[in-house]
Amino acid sequence: MKSKITLFLGLYLIWCFLNWMPDWQHLLVGVLVAGLVTIVTGDLFVSNIHVLHHLRRVWYFLIYYMPVFVWECIKANLDVAYRVLHPMLPIRPGIVKIKTNLKTDTALTFLANSITLTPGTMSVDIDRDKGVLYIHWIHVETTDCEKATKIVAAHFEKILAKIFEEDV
Amino acid sequence: MNNTIGLIFVGIGIAFNLFGCIGLVRLPDVYNRLQAATKCVTLGTCSILFGTFLVMGFTAAGIKSILCMWFLLLASPTAAHAIARGAHRAGVKLCQESVADQYAEDKEGEA
Amino acid sequence: MKIENVKILRWAIGTVIIVGCIVFVLVKPLPFLFYHDLPNVGFFGRALFIILLSSFLALYRIWKGPTGADRVVAVDIFGILIIGFCAVLTITTKRSWYIDIAIAWALQSFVSVLALSKYLEGKDFDE
Repeated sequence: MKSKITLFLGLYLIWCFLNWMPDWQHLLVGVLVAGLVTIVTGDLFVSNIHVLHHLRRVWYFLIYYMPVFVWECIKANLDVAYRVLHPMLPIRPGIVKIKTNLKTDTALTFLANSITLTPGTMSVDIDRDKGVLYIHWIHVETTDCEKATKIVAAHFEKILAKIFEEDV
Repeated sequence: MNNTIGLIFVGIGIAFNLFGCIGLVRLPDVYNRLQAATKCVTLGTCSILFGTFLVMGFTAAGIKSILCMWFLLLASPTAAHAIARGAHRAGVKLCQESVADQYAEDKEGEA
Repeated sequence: MKIENVKILRWAIGTVIIVGCIVFVLVKPLPFLFYHDLPNVGFFGRALFIILLSSFLALYRIWKGPTGADRVVAVDIFGILIIGFCAVLTITTKRSWYIDIAIAWALQSFVSVLALSKYLEGKDFDE
């Protein structure tokens, strides 16, 4: 139920942005449409997104996660541009596996997306039972599981565990 | 002032789009192409949309470009992940220079 | 010939072709088809032509791609490039419905790429 309310609020916000500037007719139709979509598709979505009701988690998301994410994105772009424009193509690709301690769907999705948009790495598959992610790495530095985990995912994992999983 | 900064963002975004497409042509196999193209083109297009927001301000078009940027940041890595997994299951090999393929090793171990 | 020499030769040829195209577009932009009379059309005309050049590179990958997965990647990238094209057109013409086209295109391209990748999973592509 809590996650349905969160879904409703998110959909309503998107509706308001799509019909900028909002007046009362748009807002009324928005309530109807967002309510209908919530009733129909509410059970399909991930279930623990309502942890974002705690303001402290939203705060962590905005203050810790977003700046790190944007900075890593910019570094990733410069890295890829360097590799592409270099005449010798300095790549050493390979698929390695790393371990993760995250359990919930939302946290794993965010972890996979973060890994894809950070320098040199892209997530290929997730094995949720073993807690293993398979990573395609454009310049493999180590094939050892522990070291690779430390290089690729460690700091994102800490931040995401704080946001999505730790009890308040 | 906002106009100039927006134009600079648009210029940066277009440059990264071009780099991403050059990577799409140059790199040797599906996974590398996916890396270069997804990262550079996604961030380049986000930069263009942010420049659009700066030029247009808080009008309908500006707000919608922010919405489009947010959606693109969510959707593009997911699409890349789906394509990579589909390609690996369909049996597309890694290129010659590859060092390791622990995914294939694990799958053969299970089967 | 050694492999390094072949690589550097191909890099040089490609650089000459792409830099030639960029210089041609920047120095002498073709008369832009729709809107001659708007301000700043010089900069945006050049910008649109560079995006067109990028999408020709993506089209080359669709035409040449050795496996099906390459073609799917190129289709995905082509869709994202069109979003950027629509955004630049929004700035140029100050008509806000271009960005509506961009949003709709983003949603539809995402769904179609997911469907294509599901199709890849169930099928062997060893062409």
